[in-house]
Amino acid sequence: MACAGCTEPMLDETWRLSPSVALRPEPFGALAYHFGNRKLTFLKRPELVAVVRALDTSRDVRAALEGAGVPAGEWAAYEAALRRLADADMIRPRSQGAAA
Amino acid sequence: MVNDEPKTTEPEIAEIGEPVVTADALVEEVSIDGMCGVY
Amino acid sequence: MTVMDNPTTQPHRHDQPVDRPVSGSLVEQFEYGLDAPICLTWELTYACNLECAHCLSSSGRRDPRELTTEQCESVIDELQRMQVFYVNIGGGEPTIRPDFWHLLQYAVDHQVGVKFSTNGVRITAERARFLASTDYVDVQISLDGATPEVNDYVRGPGSYDTAIRALTNLKNAGFSDAKISVVVTRHNVTQLDAFKALADEYGATLRLTRLRPSGRGADVWDELHPLPEQQRILYDWLIANGENVLTGDSFFHLAGFGESLPGLNLCGAGRVVCLIDPVGDVYACPFAIHDNFHAGNLLTDGGFQQVWQTSPLFQDLRSPQTSGACTSCSFFDACRGGCMAAKFFTGLPMDGPDPECVQGYGEAALAGDRIVPGASRDHSRSTPTRNQPVMLQLTRREDLTSPPVSACAENPLAGFLPE
Repeated sequence: MACAGCTEPMLDETWRLSPSVALRPEPFGALAYHFGNRKLTFLKRPELVAVVRALDTSRDVRAALEGAGVPAGEWAAYEAALRRLADADMIRPRSQGAAA
Repeated sequence: MVNDEPKTTEPEIAEIGEPVVTADALVEEVSIDGMCGVY
Repeated sequence: MTVMDNPTTQPHRHDQPVDRPVSGSLVEQFEYGLDAPICLTWELTYACNLECAHCLSSSGRRDPRELTTEQCESVIDELQRMQVFYVNIGGGEPTIRPDFWHLLQYAVDHQVGVKFSTNGVRITAERARFLASTDYVDVQISLDGATPEVNDYVRGPGSYDTAIRALTNLKNAGFSDAKISVVVTRHNVTQLDAFKALADEYGATLRLTRLRPSGRGADVWDELHPLPEQQRILYDWLIANGENVLTGDSFFHLAGFGESLPGLNLCGAGRVVCLIDPVGDVYACPFAIHDNFHAGNLLTDGGFQQVWQTSPLFQDLRSPQTSGACTSCSFFDACRGGCMAAKFFTGLPMDGPDPECVQGYGEAALAGDRIVPGASRDHSRSTPTRNQPVMLQLTRREDLTSPPVSACAENPLAGFLPE
């Protein structure tokens, strides 16, 4: 169940990069630009970039975090970061028709 | 649910020399108009 | 529009500095530079229908070496490859280039978003409808007075009406969120609320920016730049009203008053932004069009990416800057020594205070010995037209009652004043 505004843990959810977002690599991470709402977000760690790139094809957020080698002790921070990306519509829930 | 990982949104207590990872350390929003030197 | 992610299109940079911090703040990362600008200004032409007194690019006459349509398309192709998502197109007046609308569409079709800056002269009702129907294009109307008197004094007779007409056309066409961009001067700093009201009336967003002594601005800066007490008024207004007001981060020198204003609070020149000028010259920023800040030419130096990534000037700007006496000031962390263009064009040293330093160090520096550099380039019209602003007439010789006679005047009695 995808829920952009709530505080449920995201680990079991499925997400993807929004179609209007372009991701440009930087020496320290990546720049994400949303062509629709003009928001600009910097992903400041390569690990977060790897997680975001893997969202679409990962079984769930947990799998993306594991695949990117993010230590479990940092998962909460990464989830909070993903929430902020969701708030800017940089990432969207993958399952269509989920309860809003 | 048995879970070994701490469930918390607080930053982890860092080992000496290790940076604390928070959402702020991972992601930062910037205004497209927020850079000096542009019309 | 589908956007494709191309992580491998950028060449690996072997000259990347090895001492870039791994997890520094964003500002620290930016000060070391990026592989591509986040945003850049592209002046399409030096031709302009107006003759604004403070024009940062000294525009007026077209330069015969202007990039051709095909060359401009190549620039856009390169920006697309570099994944520069957003370009600010200006000039001169960009819409008087015959291929402007074609290039606009070309950019949008190649994943480069555009905001263009205009005095409004070509924003007809029909053009406004076109713009309203086009995604990824933003329009910025220049206006420097909330009333015709204040505006036209620096921008020329009728320019206020032209801007308002453009805003009206955009609003009627359903274009949402145009920008009104204002250069804050001694004369319009009392009109901030009125500017906001204008923006609200036309469904636009207000943008306030700093007057720099660049281009023709150098000649009028002494009269136009806000007085110290007016800077405080501006700062307080931005703190109180700034949520819906853009600034282009141009007031980071005011951080010395206390709280930083929103924005990176960083000089972006050569680090996250730069200028491409109408003949393909690349400068650190549009307020620094001078040989000292010239990074290269994209026609002769291997293209824009080559210039951006390898120019010695840019390498220099991306290394730690020496800020001299400023580093011992308690506000240095906030203001970073201010604007290098403002310092350069008032003849102040780069490692000293900004001429408008809010602690007053700039005033002291201005009172000392200094040599104001001449303009590297001047594209101003040689003979003024009826669009010449009153300000320029008044700052010319007081004994002149009419514009000088053109050398092309056919009447043999032109300029003859019987006694």
